[in-house]
Amino acid sequence: MKTLRPDLRAIADLVPPGSKVLDVGCGDGELLAWLAQEKQVDGRGLELSQSGVNASIARGLSVVQGDADADLSDYPAGVYDYVILSQTLQTMRHPRDVLENLVRIGKHAIVSVPNFGYWKNRFYLLFFGRMPVTRTLAFQWHDTPNIHFCTLSDFVTLCEETHITIEKRVYVDDGGAPSHFQGRSFLANLLGEQGIFLLSAGLL
Amino acid sequence: MGQDTILSTFGPAYREVAVGKIATLATQAPLLLECGAEIASFPLAYQTYGTLNAEKSNAILVCHGLTGDQYAASDHPVTGKPGWWEMLIGPGKPIDTDRFFVIATNVLGGCMGSFGPKSVDPVTGKPYGLHFPVVTIADMVRAQALLIDALGIHQLFSVLGGSMGGMMALAWATLFPERVFSAVPIASSARHSAQNIALHEIGRQSIMVDPDWHEGRYLEAGTFPVKGLSVARMAAHVTYLSEEALHRKFGRSLQNRDQLSFGFEADFQVESYLRYQGAAFVERFDANSYFYITRAMDYFDLTQGGLAQRFKGTKTRFLVVSFSSDWLFPTSESRTIVRALSAVAANVSFAEITTDKGHDAFLLDEPEFAAIVRGFLRGAADKRGIT
Repeated sequence: MKTLRPDLRAIADLVPPGSKVLDVGCGDGELLAWLAQEKQVDGRGLELSQSGVNASIARGLSVVQGDADADLSDYPAGVYDYVILSQTLQTMRHPRDVLENLVRIGKHAIVSVPNFGYWKNRFYLLFFGRMPVTRTLAFQWHDTPNIHFCTLSDFVTLCEETHITIEKRVYVDDGGAPSHFQGRSFLANLLGEQGIFLLSAGLL
Repeated sequence: MGQDTILSTFGPAYREVAVGKIATLATQAPLLLECGAEIASFPLAYQTYGTLNAEKSNAILVCHGLTGDQYAASDHPVTGKPGWWEMLIGPGKPIDTDRFFVIATNVLGGCMGSFGPKSVDPVTGKPYGLHFPVVTIADMVRAQALLIDALGIHQLFSVLGGSMGGMMALAWATLFPERVFSAVPIASSARHSAQNIALHEIGRQSIMVDPDWHEGRYLEAGTFPVKGLSVARMAAHVTYLSEEALHRKFGRSLQNRDQLSFGFEADFQVESYLRYQGAAFVERFDANSYFYITRAMDYFDLTQGGLAQRFKGTKTRFLVVSFSSDWLFPTSESRTIVRALSAVAANVSFAEITTDKGHDAFLLDEPEFAAIVRGFLRGAADKRGIT
Protein backbone atom coordinates (compact mmCIF):
# COMPACT_ATOMS: atom_id res chain seq x y z
CA MET A 1 0.00 0.00 0.00
CA LYS A 2 1.38 3.36 -0.95
CA THR A 3 2.14 5.81 1.84
CA LEU A 4 -0.44 8.45 2.61
CA ARG A 5 0.04 12.17 2.23
CA PRO A 6 1.26 13.41 5.66
CA ASP A 7 -1.90 15.39 6.44
CA LEU A 8 -4.10 12.39 5.52
CA ARG A 9 -1.87 10.22 7.68
CA ALA A 10 -2.50 12.53 10.62
CA ILE A 11 -6.26 12.05 10.06
CA ALA A 12 -5.92 8.29 9.63
CA ASP A 13 -4.08 8.09 12.95
CA LEU A 14 -7.22 9.37 14.69
CA VAL A 15 -9.39 6.54 13.31
CA PRO A 16 -9.50 3.32 15.38
CA PRO A 17 -9.38 0.00 13.46
CA GLY A 18 -12.72 -1.49 12.41
CA SER A 19 -14.71 1.73 12.67
CA LYS A 20 -17.46 2.84 10.33
CA VAL A 21 -16.28 5.90 8.43
CA LEU A 22 -17.82 8.42 6.03
CA ASP A 23 -15.27 10.49 4.09
CA VAL A 24 -16.92 13.67 2.82
CA GLY A 25 -15.08 14.98 -0.22
CA CYS A 26 -13.13 11.74 -0.55
CA GLY A 27 -11.46 12.67 -3.86
CA ASP A 28 -10.15 9.57 -5.61
CA GLY A 29 -10.59 7.53 -2.42
CA GLU A 30 -6.94 7.53 -1.34
CA LEU A 31 -7.69 7.82 2.37
CA LEU A 32 -10.66 5.42 2.33
CA ALA A 33 -8.69 2.78 0.46
CA TRP A 34 -5.84 3.10 2.94
CA LEU A 35 -8.21 2.88 5.92
CA ALA A 36 -9.96 -0.19 4.45
CA GLN A 37 -6.67 -1.92 3.78
CA GLU A 38 -4.69 -1.00 6.88
CA LYS A 39 -7.40 -0.54 9.49
CA GLN A 40 -10.24 -2.76 8.19
CA VAL A 41 -12.52 0.25 8.24
CA ASP A 42 -16.06 -0.02 6.80
CA GLY A 43 -15.84 3.10 4.67
CA ARG A 44 -18.16 5.19 2.53
CA GLY A 45 -17.48 8.34 0.58
CA LEU A 46 -19.22 11.41 -0.76
CA GLU A 47 -17.52 13.24 -3.63
CA LEU A 48 -18.53 16.01 -6.00
CA SER A 49 -16.26 15.36 -8.97
CA GLN A 50 -17.10 12.65 -11.48
CA SER A 51 -13.44 11.77 -11.91
CA GLY A 52 -13.04 11.26 -8.15
CA VAL A 53 -16.20 9.16 -7.89
CA ASN A 54 -15.28 7.02 -10.87
CA ALA A 55 -11.78 6.41 -9.56
CA SER A 56 -13.12 5.54 -6.10
CA ILE A 57 -15.79 3.11 -7.30
CA ALA A 58 -13.39 1.54 -9.78
CA ARG A 59 -11.10 0.69 -6.85
CA GLY A 60 -13.98 -1.01 -5.08
CA LEU A 61 -15.01 1.71 -2.64
CA SER A 62 -18.61 2.73 -1.89
CA VAL A 63 -18.84 6.33 -2.96
CA VAL A 64 -21.81 8.53 -3.80
CA GLN A 65 -21.53 11.41 -6.23
CA GLY A 66 -22.99 14.37 -4.46
CA ASP A 67 -22.63 17.76 -2.86
CA ALA A 68 -21.94 17.95 0.88
CA ASP A 69 -23.77 21.29 1.09
CA ALA A 70 -26.97 19.68 -0.18
CA ASP A 71 -26.75 15.97 0.55
CA LEU A 72 -25.50 15.57 4.12
CA SER A 73 -28.96 16.27 5.48
CA ASP A 74 -30.10 12.96 3.87
CA TYR A 75 -27.90 10.96 6.22
CA PRO A 76 -29.38 9.75 9.51
CA ALA A 77 -27.87 10.68 12.87
CA GLY A 78 -25.15 8.71 14.59
CA VAL A 79 -24.70 5.93 12.02
CA TYR A 80 -20.99 6.50 11.46
CA ASP A 81 -18.25 6.31 14.07
CA TYR A 82 -16.18 8.92 12.24
CA VAL A 83 -17.10 11.43 9.56
CA ILE A 84 -14.06 12.92 7.88
CA LEU A 85 -13.89 16.26 6.08
CA SER A 86 -10.39 16.87 4.81
CA GLN A 87 -9.40 20.27 3.37
CA THR A 88 -12.94 20.85 2.13
CA LEU A 89 -14.78 23.01 4.67
CA GLN A 90 -13.51 26.19 3.03
CA THR A 91 -15.18 25.21 -0.25
CA MET A 92 -18.64 24.84 1.29
CA ARG A 93 -21.37 27.38 0.75
CA HIS A 94 -22.64 26.83 4.29
CA PRO A 95 -19.69 25.65 6.37
CA ARG A 96 -21.55 26.03 9.63
CA ASP A 97 -24.42 23.77 8.50
CA VAL A 98 -21.95 21.26 7.11
CA LEU A 99 -20.04 21.19 10.38
CA GLU A 100 -23.21 20.66 12.38
CA ASN A 101 -24.22 17.84 10.00
CA LEU A 102 -20.85 16.16 10.42
CA VAL A 103 -21.17 15.83 14.20
CA ARG A 104 -24.81 14.78 13.79
CA ILE A 105 -24.07 11.96 11.33
CA GLY A 106 -20.92 10.81 13.10
CA LYS A 107 -20.29 10.01 16.72
CA HIS A 108 -17.08 11.89 15.97
CA ALA A 109 -15.99 14.14 13.15
CA ILE A 110 -12.46 14.71 11.95
CA VAL A 111 -12.05 18.02 10.15
CA SER A 112 -8.90 19.45 8.67
CA VAL A 113 -8.80 23.11 7.67
CA PRO A 114 -6.08 25.13 5.98
CA ASN A 115 -5.06 28.06 8.17
CA PHE A 116 -5.48 31.38 6.40
CA GLY A 117 -3.65 32.90 9.38
CA TYR A 118 -0.52 30.83 8.73
CA TRP A 119 2.48 33.15 8.76
CA LYS A 120 3.34 32.58 5.09
CA ASN A 121 -0.19 33.61 4.07
CA ARG A 122 -0.05 36.68 6.26
CA PHE A 123 3.38 37.49 4.87
CA TYR A 124 2.20 37.11 1.29
CA LEU A 125 -0.74 39.43 1.80
CA LEU A 126 1.21 41.92 3.90
CA PHE A 127 4.25 42.29 1.65
CA PHE A 128 2.98 41.47 -1.83
CA GLY A 129 -0.46 42.94 -1.24
CA ARG A 130 -1.86 39.97 -3.18
CA MET A 131 -4.07 37.05 -2.15
CA PRO A 132 -1.80 34.19 -1.09
CA VAL A 133 -1.12 31.43 -3.60
CA THR A 134 0.69 28.59 -1.85
CA ARG A 135 0.93 24.80 -1.94
CA THR A 136 -2.27 24.29 0.10
CA LEU A 137 -4.00 27.39 -1.29
CA ALA A 138 -2.99 26.73 -4.86
CA PHE A 139 -5.55 28.89 -6.68
CA GLN A 140 -5.88 32.40 -7.99
CA TRP A 141 -8.59 34.36 -6.18
CA HIS A 142 -10.94 34.33 -9.18
CA ASP A 143 -10.95 30.62 -9.88
CA THR A 144 -10.56 29.18 -6.40
CA PRO A 145 -13.06 26.67 -5.03
CA ASN A 146 -12.11 28.05 -1.60
CA ILE A 147 -14.84 30.53 -0.77
CA HIS A 148 -14.86 30.52 3.03
CA PHE A 149 -11.41 30.94 4.46
CA CYS A 150 -10.79 30.97 8.18
CA THR A 151 -7.87 30.93 10.56
CA LEU A 152 -7.47 28.17 13.13
CA SER A 153 -8.67 30.60 15.81
CA ASP A 154 -11.78 31.39 13.75
CA PHE A 155 -12.53 27.69 13.44
CA VAL A 156 -12.22 27.17 17.19
CA THR A 157 -14.60 30.07 17.75
CA LEU A 158 -17.15 28.53 15.36
CA CYS A 159 -16.97 25.24 17.29
CA GLU A 160 -17.66 27.14 20.51
CA GLU A 161 -20.60 28.98 18.98
CA THR A 162 -22.13 25.75 17.69
CA HIS A 163 -21.47 23.88 20.96
CA ILE A 164 -19.19 21.42 19.22
CA THR A 165 -16.64 19.79 21.47
CA ILE A 166 -13.03 19.76 20.30
CA GLU A 167 -11.80 16.43 21.66
CA LYS A 168 -8.38 16.74 20.14
CA ARG A 169 -6.50 19.07 17.84
CA VAL A 170 -3.28 18.71 15.91
CA TYR A 171 -1.74 21.70 14.15
CA VAL A 172 0.76 20.69 11.52
CA ASP A 173 3.47 22.67 9.73
CA ASP A 174 3.94 22.74 5.98
CA GLY A 175 5.93 19.51 6.10
CA GLY A 176 2.90 17.78 7.60
CA ALA A 177 4.63 17.25 10.96
CA PRO A 178 2.95 18.41 14.19
CA SER A 179 3.74 22.06 14.82
CA HIS A 180 5.74 23.01 17.92
CA PHE A 181 2.90 25.21 19.05
CA GLN A 182 -0.51 23.75 19.76
CA GLY A 183 -3.56 25.07 21.58
CA ARG A 184 -5.12 28.52 21.47
CA SER A 185 -2.00 30.66 21.43
CA PHE A 186 -1.07 33.42 19.00
CA LEU A 187 1.91 31.35 17.88
CA ALA A 188 -0.15 28.22 17.26
CA ASN A 189 -2.42 30.21 14.97
CA LEU A 190 0.61 31.73 13.25
CA LEU A 191 2.76 28.61 12.78
CA GLY A 192 0.21 25.88 12.04
CA GLU A 193 -0.26 25.51 8.29
CA GLN A 194 -3.38 23.47 8.86
CA GLY A 195 -5.35 22.17 11.80
CA ILE A 196 -6.81 18.71 12.25
CA PHE A 197 -9.66 18.59 14.74
CA LEU A 198 -11.38 15.64 16.36
CA LEU A 199 -14.89 16.84 17.13
CA SER A 200 -18.12 15.62 18.62
CA ALA A 201 -21.54 17.12 19.19
CA GLY A 202 -21.54 19.03 22.44
CA LEU A 203 -23.91 18.05 25.20
CA LEU A 204 -26.66 20.58 25.39
CA MET B 1 -36.44 -28.38 -15.83
CA GLY B 2 -38.10 -28.12 -19.23
CA GLN B 3 -37.19 -28.33 -22.87
CA ASP B 4 -34.29 -26.74 -24.65
CA THR B 5 -36.06 -24.42 -27.03
CA ILE B 6 -39.53 -23.44 -28.12
CA LEU B 7 -40.74 -22.47 -31.61
CA SER B 8 -42.16 -18.99 -31.85
CA THR B 9 -43.31 -16.79 -34.72
CA PHE B 10 -41.98 -13.32 -35.44
CA GLY B 11 -42.99 -10.37 -37.55
CA PRO B 12 -45.63 -9.89 -40.25
CA ALA B 13 -44.28 -12.94 -42.13
CA TYR B 14 -44.82 -15.15 -39.05
CA ARG B 15 -41.26 -16.38 -39.36
CA GLU B 16 -40.73 -19.42 -37.12
CA VAL B 17 -37.60 -19.30 -34.97
CA ALA B 18 -36.45 -21.55 -32.13
CA VAL B 19 -35.82 -19.56 -28.93
CA GLY B 20 -34.66 -20.72 -25.52
CA LYS B 21 -33.53 -22.19 -23.26
CA ILE B 22 -36.86 -22.84 -21.67
CA ALA B 23 -37.46 -23.58 -17.99
CA THR B 24 -40.93 -24.74 -17.00
CA LEU B 25 -41.70 -23.12 -13.66
CA ALA B 26 -44.39 -23.29 -10.96
CA THR B 27 -45.02 -26.96 -11.66
CA GLN B 28 -45.73 -27.80 -8.00
CA ALA B 29 -47.62 -24.71 -6.87
CA PRO B 30 -48.95 -21.84 -8.99
CA LEU B 31 -47.46 -18.36 -8.94
CA LEU B 32 -49.91 -15.77 -7.64
CA LEU B 33 -49.72 -12.56 -9.67
CA GLU B 34 -50.43 -9.12 -8.23
CA CYS B 35 -53.58 -8.84 -10.34
CA GLY B 36 -54.93 -11.91 -8.51
CA ALA B 37 -54.48 -14.41 -11.35
CA GLU B 38 -52.50 -17.61 -10.81
CA ILE B 39 -50.18 -19.10 -13.40
CA ALA B 40 -48.73 -22.59 -13.32
CA SER B 41 -46.31 -24.72 -15.37
CA PHE B 42 -45.32 -21.71 -17.43
CA PRO B 43 -42.23 -21.30 -19.62
CA LEU B 44 -39.48 -18.82 -18.90
CA ALA B 45 -36.74 -18.42 -21.51
CA TYR B 46 -33.18 -17.78 -20.39
CA GLN B 47 -29.53 -17.92 -21.39
CA THR B 48 -26.49 -18.44 -19.20
CA TYR B 49 -22.85 -17.52 -19.66
CA GLY B 50 -19.88 -18.73 -17.61
CA THR B 51 -19.88 -21.44 -14.96
CA LEU B 52 -21.64 -21.67 -11.61
CA ASN B 53 -19.06 -22.34 -8.89
CA ALA B 54 -19.36 -25.17 -6.34
CA GLU B 55 -20.65 -22.81 -3.61
CA LYS B 56 -23.16 -21.35 -6.08
CA SER B 57 -22.07 -17.92 -4.92
CA ASN B 58 -21.04 -16.34 -8.23
CA ALA B 59 -24.39 -16.01 -10.03
CA ILE B 60 -25.27 -12.68 -11.61
CA LEU B 61 -28.73 -11.97 -13.01
CA VAL B 62 -28.90 -9.34 -15.74
CA CYS B 63 -32.32 -7.84 -16.44
CA HIS B 64 -33.27 -6.40 -19.80
CA GLY B 65 -35.06 -3.20 -20.71
CA LEU B 66 -38.49 -2.85 -22.31
CA THR B 67 -37.73 -4.59 -25.60
CA GLY B 68 -34.64 -6.57 -24.65
CA ASP B 69 -34.48 -10.30 -24.01
CA GLN B 70 -32.38 -13.18 -22.74
CA TYR B 71 -29.78 -12.81 -25.49
CA ALA B 72 -27.59 -10.49 -23.45
CA ALA B 73 -24.25 -11.89 -24.56
CA SER B 74 -24.98 -14.18 -27.49
CA ASP B 75 -26.28 -13.69 -31.01
CA HIS B 76 -29.97 -12.98 -31.34
CA PRO B 77 -31.73 -15.83 -33.21
CA VAL B 78 -34.19 -13.49 -34.95
CA THR B 79 -31.99 -10.53 -35.86
CA GLY B 80 -28.62 -12.28 -35.91
CA LYS B 81 -27.18 -9.31 -34.03
CA PRO B 82 -24.79 -9.63 -31.08
CA GLY B 83 -26.21 -9.61 -27.54
CA TRP B 84 -27.41 -6.31 -26.13
CA TRP B 85 -24.81 -6.21 -23.35
CA GLU B 86 -21.86 -7.85 -25.05
CA MET B 87 -19.76 -4.81 -24.32
CA LEU B 88 -20.13 -5.62 -20.59
CA ILE B 89 -20.52 -9.43 -20.45
CA GLY B 90 -17.82 -11.88 -21.50
CA PRO B 91 -14.43 -13.31 -20.59
CA GLY B 92 -12.31 -10.55 -19.04
CA LYS B 93 -15.10 -7.99 -19.48
CA PRO B 94 -16.59 -6.01 -16.55
CA ILE B 95 -19.18 -8.75 -15.95
CA ASP B 96 -16.45 -11.33 -16.28
CA THR B 97 -17.72 -14.75 -17.35
CA ASP B 98 -14.37 -16.27 -16.34
CA ARG B 99 -15.35 -15.37 -12.79
CA PHE B 100 -19.13 -15.09 -12.73
CA PHE B 101 -22.09 -17.20 -13.84
CA VAL B 102 -24.39 -14.86 -15.73
CA ILE B 103 -28.10 -15.54 -16.14
CA ALA B 104 -30.37 -13.52 -18.43
CA THR B 105 -34.08 -14.23 -18.76
CA ASN B 106 -36.80 -13.03 -21.05
CA VAL B 107 -39.35 -11.37 -18.74
CA LEU B 108 -42.76 -12.76 -17.96
CA GLY B 109 -45.06 -11.18 -20.58
CA GLY B 110 -42.24 -11.11 -23.12
CA CYS B 111 -42.18 -12.55 -26.62
CA MET B 112 -38.87 -14.43 -26.86
CA GLY B 113 -40.06 -17.73 -25.44
CA SER B 114 -41.30 -16.70 -21.99
CA PHE B 115 -44.94 -16.97 -20.99
CA GLY B 116 -46.68 -14.01 -22.61
CA PRO B 117 -49.63 -12.89 -24.72
CA LYS B 118 -48.24 -14.77 -27.72
CA SER B 119 -48.43 -18.07 -25.77
CA VAL B 120 -51.31 -20.38 -26.64
CA ASP B 121 -54.10 -20.73 -24.10
CA PRO B 122 -54.61 -24.50 -23.67
CA VAL B 123 -58.31 -23.94 -22.94
CA THR B 124 -59.13 -22.17 -26.22
CA GLY B 125 -56.21 -23.36 -28.33
CA LYS B 126 -55.64 -19.73 -29.35
CA PRO B 127 -53.01 -17.18 -28.33
CA TYR B 128 -53.93 -15.39 -25.09
CA GLY B 129 -53.67 -11.93 -26.64
CA LEU B 130 -55.22 -9.43 -24.25
CA HIS B 131 -56.63 -12.29 -22.16
CA PHE B 132 -53.16 -12.73 -20.75
CA PRO B 133 -53.14 -11.46 -17.14
CA VAL B 134 -51.61 -8.03 -16.54
CA VAL B 135 -48.17 -8.57 -15.03
CA THR B 136 -46.08 -6.25 -12.87
CA ILE B 137 -42.36 -5.79 -12.34
CA ALA B 138 -42.73 -7.71 -9.06
CA ASP B 139 -44.41 -10.59 -10.94
CA MET B 140 -41.54 -10.67 -13.43
CA VAL B 141 -39.08 -10.81 -10.54
CA ARG B 142 -41.01 -13.55 -8.72
CA ALA B 143 -40.97 -15.60 -11.92
CA GLN B 144 -37.20 -15.09 -12.15
CA ALA B 145 -36.88 -16.17 -8.52
CA LEU B 146 -38.53 -19.48 -9.41
CA LEU B 147 -35.89 -19.96 -12.10
CA ILE B 148 -33.12 -19.11 -9.63
CA ASP B 149 -34.64 -21.70 -7.25
CA ALA B 150 -34.70 -24.25 -10.05
CA LEU B 151 -31.01 -23.58 -10.72
CA GLY B 152 -30.36 -24.36 -7.05
CA ILE B 153 -29.07 -20.86 -6.30
CA HIS B 154 -30.01 -19.31 -2.98
CA GLN B 155 -28.34 -15.92 -3.22
CA LEU B 156 -27.50 -13.97 -6.35
CA PHE B 157 -24.14 -12.29 -6.18
CA SER B 158 -25.57 -9.40 -8.15
CA VAL B 159 -28.63 -8.25 -10.06
CA LEU B 160 -27.92 -5.67 -12.75
CA GLY B 161 -30.20 -3.98 -15.20
CA GLY B 162 -30.80 -0.80 -17.14
CA SER B 163 -34.08 1.08 -17.50
CA MET B 164 -36.85 -1.47 -16.78
CA GLY B 165 -34.03 -3.86 -15.87
CA GLY B 166 -33.03 -1.38 -13.17
CA MET B 167 -36.59 -1.45 -11.84
CA MET B 168 -36.26 -5.22 -11.65
CA ALA B 169 -32.95 -4.93 -9.78
CA LEU B 170 -34.69 -2.62 -7.27
CA ALA B 171 -37.65 -4.99 -7.03
CA TRP B 172 -35.29 -7.90 -6.36
CA ALA B 173 -33.51 -5.94 -3.62
CA THR B 174 -36.77 -5.04 -1.90
CA LEU B 175 -38.74 -8.30 -2.43
CA PHE B 176 -35.86 -10.68 -1.71
CA PRO B 177 -33.22 -8.62 0.14
CA GLU B 178 -31.47 -11.67 1.59
CA ARG B 179 -31.14 -13.22 -1.86
CA VAL B 180 -29.35 -10.23 -3.40
CA PHE B 181 -25.76 -9.58 -2.33
CA SER B 182 -25.46 -6.56 -4.61
CA ALA B 183 -27.76 -4.66 -6.94
CA VAL B 184 -27.00 -2.29 -9.82
CA PRO B 185 -29.97 -0.24 -11.08
CA ILE B 186 -28.80 1.75 -14.11
CA ALA B 187 -30.61 4.64 -15.81
CA SER B 188 -33.68 3.70 -13.85
CA SER B 189 -36.24 4.91 -11.36
CA ALA B 190 -38.06 3.86 -8.20
CA ARG B 191 -41.33 4.86 -9.82
CA HIS B 192 -42.32 5.41 -13.42
CA SER B 193 -42.85 9.12 -14.01
CA ALA B 194 -46.03 10.69 -15.37
CA GLN B 195 -44.10 11.77 -18.47
CA ASN B 196 -42.97 8.22 -19.11
CA ILE B 197 -46.47 6.83 -18.63
CA ALA B 198 -47.66 9.42 -21.14
CA LEU B 199 -45.02 8.37 -23.64
CA HIS B 200 -46.00 4.73 -23.23
CA GLU B 201 -49.63 5.62 -23.82
CA ILE B 202 -48.70 7.21 -27.15
CA GLY B 203 -47.06 3.94 -28.14
CA ARG B 204 -50.02 1.83 -27.10
CA GLN B 205 -52.52 4.11 -28.80
CA SER B 206 -50.62 4.02 -32.06
CA ILE B 207 -50.87 0.21 -32.02
CA MET B 208 -54.56 0.27 -31.07
CA VAL B 209 -55.52 2.47 -34.00
CA ASP B 210 -53.89 0.11 -36.48
CA PRO B 211 -56.79 -1.92 -38.03
CA ASP B 212 -54.44 -4.90 -38.32
CA TRP B 213 -54.26 -5.06 -34.54
CA HIS B 214 -57.79 -6.57 -34.34
CA GLU B 215 -58.25 -5.78 -30.63
CA GLY B 216 -55.17 -7.85 -29.91
CA ARG B 217 -56.35 -10.87 -31.93
CA TYR B 218 -54.08 -10.29 -34.93
CA LEU B 219 -52.44 -13.71 -34.62
CA GLU B 220 -55.85 -15.33 -35.07
CA ALA B 221 -56.67 -12.97 -37.94
CA GLY B 222 -53.35 -13.72 -39.59
CA THR B 223 -52.44 -10.03 -39.68
CA PHE B 224 -49.81 -7.97 -37.88
CA PRO B 225 -50.05 -4.32 -36.71
CA VAL B 226 -46.91 -3.35 -38.57
CA LYS B 227 -47.74 0.35 -38.87
CA GLY B 228 -48.89 0.82 -35.28
CA LEU B 229 -46.00 -1.06 -33.74
CA SER B 230 -43.41 0.68 -35.88
CA VAL B 231 -44.80 4.13 -35.07
CA ALA B 232 -44.74 3.18 -31.37
CA ARG B 233 -41.09 2.23 -31.78
CA MET B 234 -40.23 5.41 -33.66
CA ALA B 235 -41.72 7.59 -30.93
CA ALA B 236 -40.02 5.57 -28.21
CA HIS B 237 -36.70 5.53 -30.00
CA VAL B 238 -36.50 9.32 -29.93
CA THR B 239 -36.87 9.20 -26.14
CA TYR B 240 -33.86 6.89 -25.87
CA LEU B 241 -31.60 9.45 -27.55
CA SER B 242 -30.80 13.06 -26.84
CA GLU B 243 -30.97 16.23 -28.86
CA GLU B 244 -27.17 16.37 -28.94
CA ALA B 245 -26.87 12.74 -30.05
CA LEU B 246 -29.43 13.24 -32.82
CA HIS B 247 -27.70 16.40 -33.93
CA ARG B 248 -24.27 14.76 -33.89
CA LYS B 249 -25.53 11.74 -35.81
CA PHE B 250 -27.79 13.37 -38.37
CA GLY B 251 -28.00 17.11 -37.98
CA ARG B 252 -30.35 18.35 -40.71
CA SER B 253 -28.66 16.23 -43.37
CA LEU B 254 -30.85 15.18 -46.26
CA GLN B 255 -31.35 11.54 -47.21
CA ASN B 256 -30.39 10.53 -50.77
CA ARG B 257 -31.17 13.96 -52.17
CA ASP B 258 -29.61 17.38 -52.36
CA GLN B 259 -32.72 19.49 -51.99
CA LEU B 260 -36.01 19.43 -50.12
CA SER B 261 -38.76 17.41 -51.83
CA PHE B 262 -41.57 19.77 -50.77
CA GLY B 263 -43.47 16.62 -49.89
CA PHE B 264 -43.60 14.09 -47.11
CA GLU B 265 -41.02 11.57 -48.17
CA ALA B 266 -38.16 11.00 -45.74
CA ASP B 267 -36.27 14.13 -46.73
CA PHE B 268 -34.06 14.08 -43.68
CA GLN B 269 -31.67 11.36 -42.62
CA VAL B 270 -33.18 11.33 -39.16
CA GLU B 271 -36.60 10.47 -40.64
CA SER B 272 -35.18 7.68 -42.71
CA TYR B 273 -33.31 6.36 -39.65
CA LEU B 274 -36.48 6.30 -37.56
CA ARG B 275 -38.45 4.54 -40.27
CA TYR B 276 -35.72 1.93 -40.42
CA GLN B 277 -35.82 1.51 -36.62
CA GLY B 278 -39.59 1.02 -36.74
CA ALA B 279 -39.43 -1.46 -39.62
CA ALA B 280 -36.67 -3.51 -37.98
CA PHE B 281 -38.50 -3.61 -34.66
CA VAL B 282 -41.68 -5.25 -35.98
CA GLU B 283 -39.61 -8.16 -37.30
CA ARG B 284 -38.62 -9.17 -33.77
CA PHE B 285 -41.20 -7.87 -31.31
CA ASP B 286 -44.79 -8.69 -30.49
CA ALA B 287 -47.32 -5.85 -30.31
CA ASN B 288 -49.24 -7.34 -27.40
CA SER B 289 -46.06 -7.87 -25.40
CA TYR B 290 -45.43 -4.17 -25.95
CA PHE B 291 -48.70 -3.50 -24.14
CA TYR B 292 -47.96 -5.79 -21.22
CA ILE B 293 -44.41 -4.72 -20.61
CA THR B 294 -45.05 -0.98 -20.90
CA ARG B 295 -47.94 -1.46 -18.46
CA ALA B 296 -45.71 -3.27 -15.98
CA MET B 297 -43.34 -0.29 -16.04
CA ASP B 298 -46.22 2.18 -15.67
CA TYR B 299 -47.44 0.37 -12.57
CA PHE B 300 -43.99 0.33 -10.97
CA ASP B 301 -43.85 2.50 -7.84
CA LEU B 302 -41.67 1.69 -4.85
CA THR B 303 -42.23 5.11 -3.30
CA GLN B 304 -45.65 4.39 -1.83
CA GLY B 305 -45.26 4.16 1.93
CA GLY B 306 -41.80 5.72 1.69
CA LEU B 307 -38.94 4.53 -0.45
CA ALA B 308 -36.39 4.55 2.38
CA GLN B 309 -38.70 2.31 4.40
CA ARG B 310 -38.41 -0.35 1.69
CA PHE B 311 -34.66 -0.46 2.07
CA LYS B 312 -34.57 -0.43 5.86
CA GLY B 313 -32.08 -2.93 7.25
CA THR B 314 -30.81 -3.90 3.79
CA LYS B 315 -27.40 -5.53 3.65
CA THR B 316 -27.30 -5.39 -0.15
CA ARG B 317 -24.49 -3.33 -1.69
CA PHE B 318 -25.88 -0.93 -4.30
CA LEU B 319 -24.38 0.80 -7.29
CA VAL B 320 -26.71 3.36 -8.86
CA VAL B 321 -25.72 4.82 -12.23
CA SER B 322 -27.28 7.56 -14.32
CA PHE B 323 -26.31 9.32 -17.56
CA SER B 324 -26.17 13.09 -17.82
CA SER B 325 -28.12 13.43 -21.09
CA ASP B 326 -30.82 10.84 -20.22
CA TRP B 327 -34.08 12.75 -20.11
CA LEU B 328 -36.27 9.63 -19.95
CA PHE B 329 -34.76 8.43 -16.66
CA PRO B 330 -32.91 11.57 -15.59
CA THR B 331 -30.25 11.69 -12.90
CA SER B 332 -32.79 13.13 -10.45
CA GLU B 333 -34.59 9.75 -10.49
CA SER B 334 -31.39 7.96 -9.54
CA ARG B 335 -30.67 10.53 -6.85
CA THR B 336 -34.04 9.79 -5.28
CA ILE B 337 -32.98 6.16 -4.94
CA VAL B 338 -29.57 7.13 -3.55
CA ARG B 339 -31.11 9.54 -1.05
CA ALA B 340 -33.44 6.82 0.26
CA LEU B 341 -30.54 4.38 0.56
CA SER B 342 -28.39 6.97 2.35
CA ALA B 343 -31.24 7.66 4.74
CA VAL B 344 -31.06 4.07 5.98
CA ALA B 345 -27.24 4.07 5.92
CA ALA B 346 -27.19 1.43 3.19
CA ASN B 347 -24.01 0.58 1.35
CA VAL B 348 -24.48 2.63 -1.80
CA SER B 349 -22.34 4.01 -4.58
CA PHE B 350 -23.65 6.43 -7.16
CA ALA B 351 -22.19 7.96 -10.27
CA GLU B 352 -23.57 10.10 -13.03
CA ILE B 353 -21.74 9.41 -16.27
CA THR B 354 -21.24 12.43 -18.49
CA THR B 355 -22.33 11.55 -22.02
CA ASP B 356 -24.42 12.98 -24.84
CA LYS B 357 -25.90 9.59 -25.77
CA GLY B 358 -29.10 9.84 -23.74
CA HIS B 359 -30.92 6.90 -22.17
CA ASP B 360 -29.40 4.47 -24.67
CA ALA B 361 -25.97 5.11 -23.15
CA PHE B 362 -26.36 2.08 -20.89
CA LEU B 363 -26.30 -0.13 -23.99
CA LEU B 364 -23.38 1.63 -25.63
CA ASP B 365 -19.63 1.74 -25.27
CA GLU B 366 -19.08 4.14 -22.37
CA PRO B 367 -15.62 3.45 -20.92
CA GLU B 368 -16.25 5.28 -17.61
CA PHE B 369 -19.46 3.31 -17.10
CA ALA B 370 -17.72 0.02 -17.86
CA ALA B 371 -14.87 0.87 -15.47
CA ILE B 372 -17.31 1.62 -12.68
CA VAL B 373 -19.26 -1.62 -13.16
CA ARG B 374 -15.99 -3.55 -13.26
CA GLY B 375 -14.64 -1.90 -10.11
CA PHE B 376 -17.89 -2.27 -8.20
CA LEU B 377 -18.26 -5.98 -9.03
CA ARG B 378 -14.61 -6.62 -8.25
CA GLY B 379 -14.90 -4.91 -4.85
CA ALA B 380 -18.15 -6.75 -4.05
CA ALA B 381 -16.72 -10.10 -5.20
CA ASP B 382 -13.78 -9.66 -2.82
CA LYS B 383 -16.22 -9.04 0.02
CA ARG B 384 -18.26 -12.08 -1.01
CA GLY B 385 -15.14 -14.20 -1.20
CA ILE B 386 -15.52 -15.11 -4.87
CA THR B 387 -12.19 -16.08 -6.40
